[in-house]
Amino acid sequence: MTFTVRSSGSTATPGSSDSGTTMEPERKLRVLVAKPGLDGHDRGARVIARGFRDAGYEVIYTGVHQTPEQVVSAAIQEDVDLIGLSCLSGAHLHLFSEVVRQLRAAGADDITVIGGGIIPEEDIPRLKEAGIKQVFLPGTPIAEIIDWTRKNMPSDSPSLSTA
Amino acid sequence: MFDEKTLADARQGLKEWEAEVIKIAPDLAAKKRLSTISDLLVNPIYTPEDIRDIDFERDIGYPGSFPFTRGCQATGYRGRVWTFRMFSGLGTAEDTNWRWHQLLKEGETGLSTAFDFPTLMGYDSDSPKARAEVGKCGVAIDTLADFEILTKDIPLHEVTTSMTINPPASVLWAMYLVAAEKQGVGCDRVGGTIQNDMLKEFIAQKTFMCPPEPSIRLISDTIEFGTKNVPRWNTISISGYHIREAGATAVQELAFTLADGIAYIQDVIERKKIDVDAFAPRLSFFFDSHMDFFEEIAKFRAARRMWAKIMRERFQAKNPRSWWLRFHTQTAGCSLTHQQPYNNIVRTATEALAAVLGGTQSLHTNSFDEEYALPTEFAATIALRTQQILAEETGVVNTIDPLAGSYFVESLTSRIEDEAWKYIKQIDDMGGMLAAIDRGFPQREIANAAYRFKQQVDNQEKVVVGVNKYLAEEETPIEILKIDEEVEAEQVKRLKEVKRTRDSRMVSQALCNLRDACRSEANVMPCVIEAVRAYATEQEICDIYREVFGEYRDPGFF
Repeated sequence: MTFTVRSSGSTATPGSSDSGTTMEPERKLRVLVAKPGLDGHDRGARVIARGFRDAGYEVIYTGVHQTPEQVVSAAIQEDVDLIGLSCLSGAHLHLFSEVVRQLRAAGADDITVIGGGIIPEEDIPRLKEAGIKQVFLPGTPIAEIIDWTRKNMPSDSPSLSTA
Repeated sequence: MFDEKTLADARQGLKEWEAEVIKIAPDLAAKKRLSTISDLLVNPIYTPEDIRDIDFERDIGYPGSFPFTRGCQATGYRGRVWTFRMFSGLGTAEDTNWRWHQLLKEGETGLSTAFDFPTLMGYDSDSPKARAEVGKCGVAIDTLADFEILTKDIPLHEVTTSMTINPPASVLWAMYLVAAEKQGVGCDRVGGTIQNDMLKEFIAQKTFMCPPEPSIRLISDTIEFGTKNVPRWNTISISGYHIREAGATAVQELAFTLADGIAYIQDVIERKKIDVDAFAPRLSFFFDSHMDFFEEIAKFRAARRMWAKIMRERFQAKNPRSWWLRFHTQTAGCSLTHQQPYNNIVRTATEALAAVLGGTQSLHTNSFDEEYALPTEFAATIALRTQQILAEETGVVNTIDPLAGSYFVESLTSRIEDEAWKYIKQIDDMGGMLAAIDRGFPQREIANAAYRFKQQVDNQEKVVVGVNKYLAEEETPIEILKIDEEVEAEQVKRLKEVKRTRDSRMVSQALCNLRDACRSEANVMPCVIEAVRAYATEQEICDIYREVFGEYRDPGFF
């Protein structure tokens, strides 16, 4: 059982800007921020979670010490579009790859996975091979991560930005 | 400290100076707000007017005298230089033992143990949760057998060891005591520190196992056991470091740490009925030293003054040693940058100097490569040399509290103290730190501060060299320490071997006794020692804690 905290942006309006039509309001893109593994360094994960929320996304943060199984099950249960993984303990290769593998096994490989943390450059190609779409290193501005999401998530809809 | 005429002159002088500045540098006078890294506003100049309410005898005084603003020891660093204590642990017990011997040979004067995450969280190396984490962020310890290797040929009667361990603190401490006993060093002679501070885990570092209430009980058990049996041991290191690293301001770090200290003291007094003066002298503290030089120095000075008041006035402690706030410092890990990593040497040196000018008793200096991985020996040696240069080349050890009397530093010290008291009052009003944590109060305050700082860096209001200014076109790669993937297999093999050769009946009996102790009000420490001596694993012992006390789940505030 996973304990989740959900919070959605208050500044953004869901739906496209060409209002006035009979179009159904678009669904907000849902982001799961997760910390797999045993390390409790969650400063980055929490800051990113809030950055996504302030940019108008629906954010779910499951707290520290999650197993890959818990991350995958929360992602499916919450019907998220994007998972942001954070790991600072050096176990990223195993943990991130395991999340992607289990997503595939569960038939949920339409969920995009990105990651960040203390990750040596040389591990980035291996993470990408394993199915991690993008890796963000320490010092990355929040806006850069939001920009990447806008460009790379087809159903991305938040129309107001923090930028 | 000043007569009315001096103050009036200072006011007049300041006005004239301001008028002059507006004349010669109108842009500068209108310049945007300048603040510390914690966002406390600072003035361009300070005068006697800013410290008019400070009374020398009452607020500053002399080292070794209440309120200890200038230091606990009357002799400062002339009596004894701070302990060079490098936080160190990697791979297997053999790897770490080797690194410890190297560091001691290079002039380190105290040991400090970094455990890997499974050990920190109370899991053995063969637990599924330990996969890919064994030996990565510190040394892997499963049983006494590992601990005996860890301390091999380390003279435990001479050197003191600090162990950064929290939920399983009782277990690792028991291992240390038994390993020392096997070296012929009894409980009355071993010295060291266990971090053993769970409140800051719930607030900031998130290495938790059982819920807050039983966690506090285990801490009070260790404090009681130490008070009665291990007189040279600091049974807790009340830590602001991790609070700060999670994004807190200097004021929050100070206030939440002291509020944690208050909660521990209250619990020991109420639960154990021990006189405060019997155990308070063995309480120790641990702070961060961040990049804002004067703010840090002021924070350390304010910390000593506040704790002395808390102990004397709030807890009515009579023994002057109970009034002392003795602390270890680590330079700020979160100030290190991934970009242009050699710059981190300069950051660390600056932070270390602030800790020394703030009068730390013990210091860890980060290695420049710690934004990447555990340090290489090369990087760790530079970090140790940084301390040696400060101690032996710069002259800063010659004069105690040399910044006392500075209008700016005294004013900032008082300001930080005032702000921290406000937080402590707020927490008192909530019913103490446990209640505050339950409400998520310190967690949210820190999350807000962390987010604000990130925004300030992202919009370049705060500069981080190499990250948002003076970027390198190309980063020069550095050598990074890699932990061999074999470590996990090796460790699991040794664990199997220990389990195969130990007397399993003795283990079961010891664990049964421990379960009973947990369920009663008895002190758990004798049972933990018995279990460790029988080579029960760390996880076997922690599983009893989990079974009896339950597990804490992260509420996931952001």
